[in-house]
Order: sequence, then C-alpha cells, then structure tokens
Amino acid sequence: MSDVLTLLSAAFVLIGAFFALVASIGLLRLPDLYSRMHAASKAGTMGSGLMLIALAIHAGDSGVFARALAGVVFFLLTAPISAHLLAKAAYAVGYRLGPSAVRDEMPEPNADKRDD
Amino acid sequence: MNFAETILDYSVDIALVILSITFLITIVRIVRGPTLPDRILGLDMLVAAAIGFIAVIGIKTGYILYIDIAIALGLVGFLATVAFARFVLSRGKTEDDILREARDTAQMARKKENMERKRVARAIKREKRLER
Repeated sequence: MSDVLTLLSAAFVLIGAFFALVASIGLLRLPDLYSRMHAASKAGTMGSGLMLIALAIHAGDSGVFARALAGVVFFLLTAPISAHLLAKAAYAVGYRLGPSAVRDEMPEPNADKRDD
Repeated sequence: MNFAETILDYSVDIALVILSITFLITIVRIVRGPTLPDRILGLDMLVAAAIGFIAVIGIKTGYILYIDIAIALGLVGFLATVAFARFVLSRGKTEDDILREARDTAQMARKKENMERKRVARAIKREKRLER
C-alpha cells in the first residue's frame, strides 16, 4: 500500500512538472496576451495543484492532506479571478488581440464608462 | 531503500530539472515583454511554478512545513496580480499611447523652438536696420 502511494506521488510530481513546462512553453509561443493568459492560468494552476497533492500523498498525514487540499481549492478559485481581472483591465485600457485573431466579440470597450 | 522510493527520488530530480526549465522560459517571456500585461502574466506564472517547486522541495527534504509556505506564496501572488491589474486599469494607456504622446510632445517642442529661432532672427534683423 505504501509503495502504491509512493508511486502515485512520483507520478503526480512528474505530471505536475510537465503541466508547468507546457504552460511556460505556451507563454513563450502563443501570439498575443489573451491566448498566453489561457495557457498560463489553466495549465500553470493544474501543475502547481498536482505537485501540492503529491506532497500531501507523500506526507501521508490527514492534517497535511487537508491543508494541501485547501491550497489547491484556493488556487483553483483565485487563478481565474486574477486572469479575468488582468484580461478585463488590459482590454479596457486598449490592448488589442494579435494579428492572427479571427474575431473580436467585444468591439466597443467603453473605456470611459467603466464602473470602478 | 526499495523500488518505489528509488522511482520517487528519480522523478523528484527530473521534476526539479523540468521546473528549472519552466522558470527560464517564463523569465524569457518577462524580459521580452512586449507589453506590461504580458510581464504581469509572466510573474503570475512564475509564482505558480514557484509553488510547485516548493512542493517538490518539500518531498525531497521531507519537511512537510513547506506546504504552508506554498499556500502563503499563492496568496501573495494572487494579491500582487490583482494589484497589478488595478494598476494597468488606472494607468489607462497602452505602450503605443505612451509612445505616441512622447512623439507628439517632441514635435510640439521642435515647432516651438523653430518659431522662437525665427523670432530671434527677425529681431536681430530689425536691430541691424535700426543701427543703419
């Protein structure tokens, strides 16, 4: 049983690191801010969450597991919020989509009417 | 040390190498820009990778306390990203706007300087005529 948990933890560490690497490659290679945001905030959160769960499995303690789970839930809640805030701010200020974008579904930013 | 722990050791080392490459690639994006939100996004990604790195270090060393550090770092990273987003919103202009403003200001200054020079030249000419 302990061997199985150790192997599971090893697999989670590797998969999490792989997700983080994919997120950073997406950050480097995608054409504009908004598509980069989609790479970083989804795959990045997934990677760090998997590695935290691996640490919790390796520790094998219910208190540590609860803390790790709380951390993962916290990241899952905050990553979309921060990405959305950043995207909204960037769009309202006037950063436009890249040249390879097909369609902009928010053509009027209403920069002077934003409510903050 | 049995088979499973050897596997875990190797995978932890591999994960550390992969995460270091992740750091490098993210820093390339932060340095390259090209705009402020890109850099903020890179910093956000850097925080996510650092959380994973701390978790892997926790597995490697066996100090479980690292998980609290990871959670605290996540909180700080979230607050930093929110604050940067507010800053982008309150600055209210893109890099292109700032460039255009600077160019306009420079053009205005050049025009004013030209007019000043012409005025001085005219004044000197008038003085010379009065001397004669």
